[in-house]
Amino acid sequence: MTRKQKRLSVIAAGLGFLGVATGLTFYALGQKASYFYMPADLATASLQPGQRIRLGGLVEKGTVERGHGATVAFSVTDNQKDVKVTYTGILPDLFREGQGVITEGSFGPDGIFVADSVLAKHDETYMPKEVADGLKAKGVWQESKSD
Amino acid sequence: MVETGHFALVLAFALALVQTVVPVFGARTGNHKMMAVGAPAALTGFALTALSFVALATAYAGSDFSVESVWENSHSLQPLIYKITGTWGNHEGSMLLWVLILTFFGALVAVFGGNLPATLRANVLAVQGAIGATFFLFILTTSNPFVRLNPAPIEGRDLNPILQDLGLAIHPPLLYLGYVGFSICFSFSVAALIEGRIDASWARWVRPWTLVAWMFLTGGIAMGSYWAYYELGWGGFWFWDPVENASFMPWLAGTALLHSAIVMEKRSALKIWTLLLAILTFSLSLLGTFLVRSGVLTSVHAFATDPTRGVFILCILTLFIGGSLALFALRASRLTAGGLFHPISREGALVLNNLFLTTATATVLVGTLYPLVVEALSADKISVGAPFFNLTFGPLMVPLLVVVPFGPLLAWKRGDIFAIAQRLMAAFAAALLAVLVTALFIDGASVFAALGVGLAFWLICGALTDLAVKSGFGTVAPATMLRRFAGLPRSVFGTALAHLGLGLTTLGIVGTLCFGTEKILSMHAGETVELSGHKLRFEGLYPAQGPNYSEDRGRFALLGADGSVAGEITSAKRSYPVRQMTTTESGIRTIGFSQLYLSLGDEGSDGSVVVRLWWKPLVTLIWGGGLVMMAGAAMSLLDRRLRVGAPARRKPAGALPSASPQ
Repeated sequence: MTRKQKRLSVIAAGLGFLGVATGLTFYALGQKASYFYMPADLATASLQPGQRIRLGGLVEKGTVERGHGATVAFSVTDNQKDVKVTYTGILPDLFREGQGVITEGSFGPDGIFVADSVLAKHDETYMPKEVADGLKAKGVWQESKSD
Repeated sequence: MVETGHFALVLAFALALVQTVVPVFGARTGNHKMMAVGAPAALTGFALTALSFVALATAYAGSDFSVESVWENSHSLQPLIYKITGTWGNHEGSMLLWVLILTFFGALVAVFGGNLPATLRANVLAVQGAIGATFFLFILTTSNPFVRLNPAPIEGRDLNPILQDLGLAIHPPLLYLGYVGFSICFSFSVAALIEGRIDASWARWVRPWTLVAWMFLTGGIAMGSYWAYYELGWGGFWFWDPVENASFMPWLAGTALLHSAIVMEKRSALKIWTLLLAILTFSLSLLGTFLVRSGVLTSVHAFATDPTRGVFILCILTLFIGGSLALFALRASRLTAGGLFHPISREGALVLNNLFLTTATATVLVGTLYPLVVEALSADKISVGAPFFNLTFGPLMVPLLVVVPFGPLLAWKRGDIFAIAQRLMAAFAAALLAVLVTALFIDGASVFAALGVGLAFWLICGALTDLAVKSGFGTVAPATMLRRFAGLPRSVFGTALAHLGLGLTTLGIVGTLCFGTEKILSMHAGETVELSGHKLRFEGLYPAQGPNYSEDRGRFALLGADGSVAGEITSAKRSYPVRQMTTTESGIRTIGFSQLYLSLGDEGSDGSVVVRLWWKPLVTLIWGGGLVMMAGAAMSLLDRRLRVGAPARRKPAGALPSASPQ
């Protein structure tokens, strides 16, 4: 092989890789990236049945119900709308009523959001960035809650 | 002492400026005296930074709450070890650790660089000085750890309880030694571009530094993964969290660099590519620092958010990445291309390795930055998590792992793929056997799981085959073989160990993901639960008191086959009153290479407790494999041919390393 052929074959292989990777990346971003919504945003969102999303807001006071076993139900609110969420598992240590939370999962056929993960920031001034920004945008942010 | 530390830091900044300007000017004008300024400046800069760091650590150890950073991140009741490790458990302190390690590497070049061409050493130290100067300025202007409070508070606000763990003593220093270690490769590359000259001896110089950095980064990532695994109580070892990705990208690029540097050293091919990779690897380290330290991401690592810091680091990022790439564009064409090789050859295999690794790095980069870009452009908030990476990173990694055993067996220039396939027959048979045994004898094994186990065995046996073939197994008498085995270059052992470690990690990941089981249930005291053949009895919750926390300890008895107690596992809910935080301490019992992992949830109104229980087969191999990879890197570093200081030993005793302009 001459130097030129060698270089061309390396470049061709490189482009091939890049092509495969780009294809995979675009496919995966289309399929697997999950969008973040606040409860009031859901009315205008067009969700496929079973589509994974992240739902964020405040845990509404007085809605946390611990049923039998390890399933917990609570409402997530942005002070405009609220959504009922169920989750089976151990809630993060900083899960509290009135505090910000991000849940990830999808809506069941009964309109209840089934979360498979509940996220918490490891800090006492707990407010996920997405939730804080969302609340600010909705004008219901209280400065005292911020850090 | 605190003011001494502050003053030392300012001095170190000034010295870094001198180190940046004087040697590079000397190298341009051929002034040896000016070039020789670099080494003592680097050594003194390291000493000053160390003094500054010790001053801060002393303030932390002595709970001097008149220092704002100590007040915010420490408490007088904390155990001493956490008082000390708390020094870098916050933004300011961790940046100080960052520059401490940066100047440490600069000092190493100054000490061991005696046999470098004088101009190259001057330029390397100058680039190193420039990186140092910008970060000193960053610390002094936006993140000063020495700011005093007046009046001084009586008590501190405590270190984040998540960080009150031995992991904090090990993970950040190791990770930074890796991250920042790549700065040397970067400085060497920029220096080579400034000089417009690069040769095989350059690669011989860069390779050990890459190995050192890669070894520490491997350890740092493995340690961070294990820490997250046991501390967060989620039972996961990798979350594809942006901050994890930030450390993983330099690792992937660094692994590529490690391999391309071999080609450059042995065959003087791939010069320009190696240079570019060295620049990219450190650029990814800088990007990681930006992502973690700027507060653009919400994560455990984002200690505090301050927009001025983000902008400052972004400027540093642009300056160094943009600057070095521009220099590359201008100068790379001056560098001559290297030797020819056939596609089926060791060089070809290493090029393939580089293609896989850099493409994989690119997908991780896209997945990490995409949410930030989308948010900036459209205000849509999205998250890219494990499903994305499984779909993009996975398909790129599997073929790479399949071809790994071929690489070290191929000859340079032109290899014989059929002869090598024959030599790998035994490894292939072992892998096939592993697939069959898994598929037939393990309940619930999917085809993927069986193939995964086979892949891991393929890697492990492939690494052993490499050693066997090179010591002449089956072709010479056993005694000769043993002698040859003992006489193999250490770098051959290094390669085999690193690839073996990769196989072990793969086995651990496959075992945990495909054969792991979990249960979530609520338990009353006295109840028993069984998971994958392990029986546990919940004994109840017992309150206990720690130095700066109180906890409810859930005690579980591990029952043997006959119902007798074979051991105990405890998991606790700790509450730290100062920060009003609760943490979960997971309970782990290691059985062979596998672990039984349990984590305590909330207490119900009827006195029952939610318990989440995992059986994680072979999980310890994930990190054990990392340790074996580190051992491989260490072994390679011991190789006589690579030892950097080796030629220097012939110099007359008493010769100063800095006084040898060639």
